[in-house]
Amino acid sequence: MIKFTDVTKEYPKTGYALQHVSFHVKKGEFAFLTGHSGAGKSTALKLTYLDERPTSGEVRVSGFSTSRLSGRDIPMLRRRLGIIFQDFRLLEDRTAEENVAFALEVTGSRRSQIGPRVMRVLTQVGLAGKAHQYPRELSGGEQQRVAIARALVNDPVVLLADEPTGNLDERATRGIFQLLRDINASGTAVLMATHDLDLVRSMPGVHLIELQHGKVVYDSAEDAAAAAAT
Amino acid sequence: MRLILREVFLAFRRAPLLSTLSATTIAFSLFVFGLFGLVTVNLQRAIGDVAERVEVVAYIRKGTPLETVTLGLSDIEAIPQVESATHITEAEALQRARRDLREFQDIFQDLEVNPLPASIEVRLRPEFRTADAASQVAGMLRAMNFVEDVRFGQDWVEKLDRLRAIAGAVGFVVGAAFALVAVIIIGTTIRMAVLQRSREISIMRLVGATDGFIRLPFLLEGLLKGVLGGCLALAMSYGAWALIDSYLIPAAFFTRTQSLIGICAGGLLGLLGSMVSVGRHLKDV
Repeated sequence: MIKFTDVTKEYPKTGYALQHVSFHVKKGEFAFLTGHSGAGKSTALKLTYLDERPTSGEVRVSGFSTSRLSGRDIPMLRRRLGIIFQDFRLLEDRTAEENVAFALEVTGSRRSQIGPRVMRVLTQVGLAGKAHQYPRELSGGEQQRVAIARALVNDPVVLLADEPTGNLDERATRGIFQLLRDINASGTAVLMATHDLDLVRSMPGVHLIELQHGKVVYDSAEDAAAAAAT
Repeated sequence: MRLILREVFLAFRRAPLLSTLSATTIAFSLFVFGLFGLVTVNLQRAIGDVAERVEVVAYIRKGTPLETVTLGLSDIEAIPQVESATHITEAEALQRARRDLREFQDIFQDLEVNPLPASIEVRLRPEFRTADAASQVAGMLRAMNFVEDVRFGQDWVEKLDRLRAIAGAVGFVVGAAFALVAVIIIGTTIRMAVLQRSREISIMRLVGATDGFIRLPFLLEGLLKGVLGGCLALAMSYGAWALIDSYLIPAAFFTRTQSLIGICAGGLLGLLGSMVSVGRHLKDV
């Protein structure tokens, strides 16, 4: 589903963000990408949705390879991904419903399909009753739910979450996290970058990749594979 | 397409102040260019009026038979640079002198013999009203055996040529400078509009909109603002012209075609400004 093979990302001004990073998130898996601020979590996600290209190595996402993908194919890749951020990235001048519909409109969905699909995902995230409210009228947790609904509306195979609970209180964090688990349970792979170790510990047995200074220092999948081999 | 048009309309509705400001900025920069255009149009017209008076006069030898002059006249009209040739008889020359030179009326009244020679007045085609062309035609006329002398006011035609060259060069340089300023102002204005919507652009990219889809509403918006700005600039130029024409000096306004070209230029500038700004921004995001 998402495979990093010996990926290095170097920025001309700030130096290496990632060095020789390899990991594999399988279909339908829930994986955490953890590490301190500046460890390279967001860079790894940016490479996944091709906001950046690796300096060397290969990133494969849902059949697309960064080394072979042309600029024109990038939107096609992103339509198979759902992406959410710490700052929600909603359009302030559109209602929750319009924000979600926006993702369908810009990808050329049929008008007749947009309404029902938007309502389906808003119901899924528990916001059907607030469809006509603007982001400023919603709480942080609710805004993140709208962002999740927008990420889900195109039926993605993977949901990428970059510190999705970073701006939320504990209660809202638990709610969002539970929603992500439910989404994963319905078959969508989730790759979530977070530095909230309590959150990670609350879900034992999940795939955990830890980054430090741009390098993978721990990968639970590799650990499990090594244990199985011995 | 429906969605793109809706986005263009929404962009105007969501940021009415910025949209109005950018259309007004475009209008003012085009208005300055338009004022310069008016000066150029009127200067060209004035030079054209003076150039109308460029003619070559061939004085006919006394005693030349009328048939020879008539034949010569058709030879002269066949010269490519010549627009028309008119035969002025001695009597007509005297009559004209009496009419035009009133201060010498007494002298002309007392004449027993008409001292004025017959002539052929040769008007040149507009594009040949230059010292070079006039001198060339004068040379051809001199070669005709019934022609005694040829005059075309070489000095002032050369001055006219110089004036035309200076007006052309100044027009080009100042016009290019004004156009450049207009392009920079319009480009910056549209870039502000693009930056104002950078969040929207980044979200569109994240959810998988193609660059073409993102670009199109901005291009249409730029085109629309440019056309609106062009119309406003034309209206302001018309107002300025009406004031000048009524209170200062009689002046000419743009023709319908020139006005249309001005509006289209506004649209084109808006479109180009958007293309550059959005293109640059899509790379940035």
